[in-house]
Amino acid sequence: MNLTEIKSEQEEKNLEKEWVPKIIAFLCNWCSYAGADLAGVSRIQYPPSIRVVRVPCSGRINPFFIIKSLVDGWDGVVVSGCHPGDCHYLSGNLVARRRFAVLKDLVTFFGIESDRVHFMWASAAEGERFANLIKKITKTIKELGPNKKFQKNW
Amino acid sequence: MKKTSGIEIENQAIENSIKEIATKLFRNKEVDAILGYSAGTIPMASPPIIIRKESDVNKLVWNNFCSINLAKNLLELVPKSFDDKKNNLKIGIVAKGCVGRALIHLAAENQIELKNIKIIGIACNGIINKKRIEKEIGEREIIDISLFNEDILIKGKGFEQPFSYNEYLNELCKKCKVKSPPTSPELKEICSGKCEEVLSIEDDFKDISDYELKSYDEKWKYVKDLLTNCIRCYACREACPMCYCHLCFVDQNKPLWFGKTTELSEIIIFHLIRAMHLAGRCVACGACTSVCPMGIDLNLITRKLEQIVKERFNFTSGLNIVDLPPMATLNMSDKEDFITEEN
Repeated sequence: MNLTEIKSEQEEKNLEKEWVPKIIAFLCNWCSYAGADLAGVSRIQYPPSIRVVRVPCSGRINPFFIIKSLVDGWDGVVVSGCHPGDCHYLSGNLVARRRFAVLKDLVTFFGIESDRVHFMWASAAEGERFANLIKKITKTIKELGPNKKFQKNW
Repeated sequence: MKKTSGIEIENQAIENSIKEIATKLFRNKEVDAILGYSAGTIPMASPPIIIRKESDVNKLVWNNFCSINLAKNLLELVPKSFDDKKNNLKIGIVAKGCVGRALIHLAAENQIELKNIKIIGIACNGIINKKRIEKEIGEREIIDISLFNEDILIKGKGFEQPFSYNEYLNELCKKCKVKSPPTSPELKEICSGKCEEVLSIEDDFKDISDYELKSYDEKWKYVKDLLTNCIRCYACREACPMCYCHLCFVDQNKPLWFGKTTELSEIIIFHLIRAMHLAGRCVACGACTSVCPMGIDLNLITRKLEQIVKERFNFTSGLNIVDLPPMATLNMSDKEDFITEEN
């Protein structure tokens, strides 16, 4: 069996695999990123659907990041920060929470499925919770299917 | 026999009170200039005017087409208005309810100093949605407009068409509960004319509950149909008293957040993010809708913003200068119903 045959065999296998959503995850440096790290070193299994972007604080996240991600074709967006009151910068996540509340309401109002945008809290000690939440979020986004609303029709 | 309409009498009374107060303010040297509405040169439009002396007071008018929010014009005027000794000029402004709210909210955001401003309060009797009338008139030219009974009578070359005043009011004006500028004890000195103290507004948002019941796909289709005509001229932004950023996000090109075409997805992002930026700040004046050259009705979004802010943060913009806008502050005990939890 030569190399090209192996490659095409692999491609066929990939095609048979069921569709896995691509989810962009904005994790705060101090809690959620460490939480995701803990889930990793604890060898907790969770779907390989998220791509992580590390941000200093959930308060750093401009609602624009979320909309832009959806427009660029990500199937879902997860934003995770420290639990309220545990923010490294004292109030970053509380400011962010207000923004997210409005954003989620508005996104729903515009007719984008509200389950494409998720906000969650996970501390550095909650590796298992992080994995469970990602499992749950991946499941809900999988049910929605690919994000095609922002496809451009030139 | 022609019956004089109630609306016409109301308009006349409002106009007279504006002129009376303006004359008084000039005589007492309380203002150096007054910003108000003028008659304009084309029907159904009342452009803003700045008058500087008492003899010009008669140029001020009031009618049901004064849709512009003068707070925006004032905001652009204030940094330029100095006398020879570099003292701030005192400016009077003709304010209907939403102009008053915008002024108070701008003061709460530290954009203007109210001490140099005199508010000439009037009890607004509603603004007519001229876009709807224009749509029905079509290409025909409008020559004259008059009020007859409870109707607006549009006259043109070879046609005459009445429109019901109550029906053709701006949607936001039908729901409006702050007809005259809100005031508070600390603002007493700058308010003249008709100003009312408003502590809170009760609203049931029944008008958008039908829309809320729709499915995601129906909503998306509705939004698409609504915004598909948008040409991204940004007239809504220019007319909005709350859009005062020196560099708007749509003009940023480093990073280039999204393209500058009129492709539908990009139009929708513009309106979505603009709505996001106006949350807790929009005073529901309807200026954005009234200036849209394509006749896009943004009132639905405005109402939704009002509802979100009212229900989530129990805040109504522009009622007093003490409360901080909800997006500029935080509260440990906000509702968390939108956060994803394990179960």
